[in-house]
Amino acid sequence: MFDGRFEVVSNRPIAKNTFEMVLSGDTEGIRPGQFVDLRLEGFYLRRPISVCDFAPGRLTLIYKVVGRGTARMAELAPGAVIDVLTGLGNGYDTAPSGDGPLLIGGGAGVPPLYALAKALLAEGKRPTVILGFNARDEVFYEEEFKALGLEVLVTTADGSYGIRGFVTDAMDLSYTYFYACGPEPMLKAVYAKSVTSGQFSLEERMGCGFGACMGCTCKTKTGHKRVCKDGPVFRKEELPW
Amino acid sequence: MVNTSVTLSGLTLTNPVIPASGTFGYGVEFAQVYDINCLGSFSFKGTTREPRFGNEPPRIAETASGMLNAVGLQNPGIDKVISEELPRLRKVFHKPVVANISGFSIDEYAECCGRIDREEGVGLIEVNISCPNVHNGGMSFGTSPQAAAEVTRAVKAVTTKPVYMKLSPNVTDIAAIARACEDAGADGISLINTLMGMRIDLRRRAPVIRNVTGGLSGPAVFPVALRMVWQVFEAVKVPIIGMGGVSSAEDVIEMMLAGATAVEVGAANLVDPLASKKIVEELPQVMERLHIEKLTDIIGGAHHG
Repeated sequence: MFDGRFEVVSNRPIAKNTFEMVLSGDTEGIRPGQFVDLRLEGFYLRRPISVCDFAPGRLTLIYKVVGRGTARMAELAPGAVIDVLTGLGNGYDTAPSGDGPLLIGGGAGVPPLYALAKALLAEGKRPTVILGFNARDEVFYEEEFKALGLEVLVTTADGSYGIRGFVTDAMDLSYTYFYACGPEPMLKAVYAKSVTSGQFSLEERMGCGFGACMGCTCKTKTGHKRVCKDGPVFRKEELPW
Repeated sequence: MVNTSVTLSGLTLTNPVIPASGTFGYGVEFAQVYDINCLGSFSFKGTTREPRFGNEPPRIAETASGMLNAVGLQNPGIDKVISEELPRLRKVFHKPVVANISGFSIDEYAECCGRIDREEGVGLIEVNISCPNVHNGGMSFGTSPQAAAEVTRAVKAVTTKPVYMKLSPNVTDIAAIARACEDAGADGISLINTLMGMRIDLRRRAPVIRNVTGGLSGPAVFPVALRMVWQVFEAVKVPIIGMGGVSSAEDVIEMMLAGATAVEVGAANLVDPLASKKIVEELPQVMERLHIEKLTDIIGGAHHG
């Protein structure tokens, strides 16, 4: 965990209620699958947001406006300085992925798969990406993933774009491993359909974000785990689904 | 040079700042961020006889200037605390620690307190009779003077270290409960635990917290905590550890003026992992500004006559 000051470089809408915020600041030690915790003026608790992309001195976050805190985030203009805890959570383990893993993201669960895709590519692996949304106006980052040279399948629940249905309707079972991030019903559907091992990124309401308050505990086959500190990424075999 | 040291029933702390139970784990997470030996002490996560998962999530909700939690005493149980957590704790913290113990029966309180009393590195036992998030335990012992006195007597009978009873603010007369604990032999009083509250999610039309209610903490509760420390100071002679929304060195001094000998910092640690360290560092400057040479001089200093 690192406590840093970050400056907003850009903050723009990229889909319905969805924003991309680019920040400048110290990103040392950040790994794909981790999250950061933002302190916002006027709000007591921090806002945990998954890391979409990072480079030295540069951090990209994608967030959905779902409440007053994220609405406040959407108002932050370039130049605004915010207090950010970085390096939170365990992040993805790329070692077991094999050559052709599936990356499965649903809605606000899509962002952390972007940094993961880049890390897998850097290791010479070739992931396939499935992005699930409710409707056409919520789709984001299809082009960004394609720009990495990856095959990208988009599903929408209402059929207004791409494949009609859910991410599981686009799951071809010839993959070597999987990484999934999204709402819990989606994760459970992926769990049920999957034929290999994989990793799930979970979400829970958090107090501190760094393992102190026990606010986000979940049950696993290996005991009680803190989503913020022992997760947010859990291996398929750990989850009692 | 100002003197920040204080003494709780014979246990001298280099300063009165103590991270509160439930906001500091067993110290390890914070020791990765700063040297926690700058603290007066810290109160470890409320420990029970059996391991506990606690309540189902969501357990946390935000409020104006504070938060609600309904963790429900999640802890690994006293066996693992003694065999695993304390050895780890001793590696990162070299001062006496405050052992926070909770329970669901008088026997359980006595058994756990008796066992933790024998552990090296435990300086003081804080008996939590005030957890608002569990049923048939915790707070039910802290809401009647008779039950609070019974737990106190049972714990005192099996311990040698100072015993501080941690009281609930969710009562009609906290002074009466404090007096009952003192009469039953408590070495000190710790207060306040969280105030029961709730939030409702407007979209789901249902409570935000799965447990329905949770305990309110943070700056929102500071004035309530201060008032109760004030009332208890007028009711008992034993030392008081004051807590509730403390977020700055000024808050520490205010608590001490109301009657606290030492002060716990809770929710602030969850928002800023460096909060307690910053308070320790700011305390001497704030004392100088307020012309305080010895911190012990101001305990209860706002009570006149």
